[in-house]
Amino acid sequence: MPLFEARNIQKRFGSRVVLENVSLAVEEGSVHGIMGPNGAGKTTCFHVLTGHHAPDGGTISFDGKDITGLKPHRIARLGISRSFQIMNLFDDTVAVENVILALPEFRVRALNLSRRVFEDRQLIDAALEVLAQVDLADHAWEKASALSYGQRRALEIAVALAARPRIVFLDEPTSGLGAEATRGLASLVKRLRQRYTIVMIEHDMRFLFALADRISVIHWGQVIAESTPDALMANKWVARSALGELA
Amino acid sequence: MISLSDIPTKSGFPLTPAMCVFLVAVASAPFWLEAVGLYSYLGIEVAIWILYAMGFNLLFGYAGLHSFGHGAYIGIGAYAFGLFQQNVAVSLWGGLLAAILAATLAGALVATFVAHRRGIYFALMTIAFGQVFWFCAIKLRWLTGGEDGLLGIPRPDMVLGPLRVSLQDNFSLYWFAAGVLGLAVLGMSRLVNAPFGRVLQAIRQNEMRARFAGYDVWRMKWLVFTLSAAIAGLAGGIFAMAQESAYPDIMSLHQSGTIVMMVLVGGGLVSFWGPVLGVLIYFVARDVIGGVTETWLLWFGLMFVVMVMLRPEGAAGLAHVIRSRLARPKAAAPAERSA
Repeated sequence: MPLFEARNIQKRFGSRVVLENVSLAVEEGSVHGIMGPNGAGKTTCFHVLTGHHAPDGGTISFDGKDITGLKPHRIARLGISRSFQIMNLFDDTVAVENVILALPEFRVRALNLSRRVFEDRQLIDAALEVLAQVDLADHAWEKASALSYGQRRALEIAVALAARPRIVFLDEPTSGLGAEATRGLASLVKRLRQRYTIVMIEHDMRFLFALADRISVIHWGQVIAESTPDALMANKWVARSALGELA
Repeated sequence: MISLSDIPTKSGFPLTPAMCVFLVAVASAPFWLEAVGLYSYLGIEVAIWILYAMGFNLLFGYAGLHSFGHGAYIGIGAYAFGLFQQNVAVSLWGGLLAAILAATLAGALVATFVAHRRGIYFALMTIAFGQVFWFCAIKLRWLTGGEDGLLGIPRPDMVLGPLRVSLQDNFSLYWFAAGVLGLAVLGMSRLVNAPFGRVLQAIRQNEMRARFAGYDVWRMKWLVFTLSAAIAGLAGGIFAMAQESAYPDIMSLHQSGTIVMMVLVGGGLVSFWGPVLGVLIYFVARDVIGGVTETWLLWFGLMFVVMVMLRPEGAAGLAHVIRSRLARPKAAAPAERSA
């Protein structure tokens, strides 16, 4: 049984159908890629899968449990975590607090009124450990808004990982990164795949094909192909509709 | 640029230097207020408004929820205190409890309707609810005394175990108000750096991210709105004692705007102490400029405009800039911490 499964997801905004029929099955421990041209509905698909939008039809299940239509914070608490294509950080505060805020052991104390957060060594150590996973330990005490673009991308991922998720959704992690930073990110994802199940939207074909176990191609709100990278390369129709434009 | 969410510097001592300055100033006020040409009643007023402004800033500055109808809750506190004295019993603690409870209930009710909003919609809805309460205060004559308000509210003695202290004179009421304020400030200074406060600040910075990190944003916003209304209610209870009356004007839109202005001028958006500065600046402007010219509000308003244009972080932001300019030569301070 797949760890995460979406069946026949539909999403409309008014009369505009954005997702017509999207099905996705992600096996535990795998890296599942999602690709497709701009406006194909990839980010909307992520928004629906992680609870930002409720689907108009279809079901979503995680670990055998139906999570269709749950609020984002409920979905997050189940161990489903995500990063954003457009950077979404807590900009007024330091990197380490961005991570602390996402730690489950911190979240359960959200109503604590008296214990000072930054006197809690354990919390800080846990957060530093997560930052080390994305090579940001040296920048832990810098404000998120003062970090470089690539560091902010890495922090995005760190915040997603801090939740100790079972599955991580990454929305275009290489977006805006230079060649070198992209290589760094690829080696990071290689390390992460040993610990997490990953679903990732990506435009960078080389990046995605090197990392993904399976790839779904979304176009016009539908999954037009789903298979291993090698098989996709061989599929002429896919090559014309999506890869051709992007490769 | 400083922000409310900067990490507090560590100190082994539970009181920060700012807190010590504040406590000394509060404790010594009665001894110098009259010497500098002011009067002791002003001290009570300032203490009440600081309490009110700091509670308001939990909502306005820390959580980033811009309420423009907060006068309602200080007013409800004042009325509840008065009604309790007149209808239930003459009791300080009972009255204050009634004030807090009434404002908490009103705040919780309004929060239920506004907590899923943010920005302009949140602001407009708080104004609307504020106006509803203000209107009720004027129209429910049988309860509130209409436009005259409740008159002759007593100042009950403070009973603490075997101790009974009269609060009839302004001097002792000042000590009482200052004591309540001191406790509230200690509590709030912990709260803003405890998980609850930091999560509120996270919600201000990025509500969507907070939601995807697993926080029930609606509940947190509901809680801080209610808490800040409760603190306003407490301030209102003391206000009723200070004025020995409760009247609708305190709940008007104009007063709700005044508290926003105080917090902004003082720098509540960047500093815990901002509201204190704001309240002081307001009352100094009122009593000192007001002593010279009747049009003091014009000058205060102009000052507000200049402040917002030149230094939107307010007086606390200005103080920070001056401090860091002075400190710069010796420390090209690296952002490093040995935490």
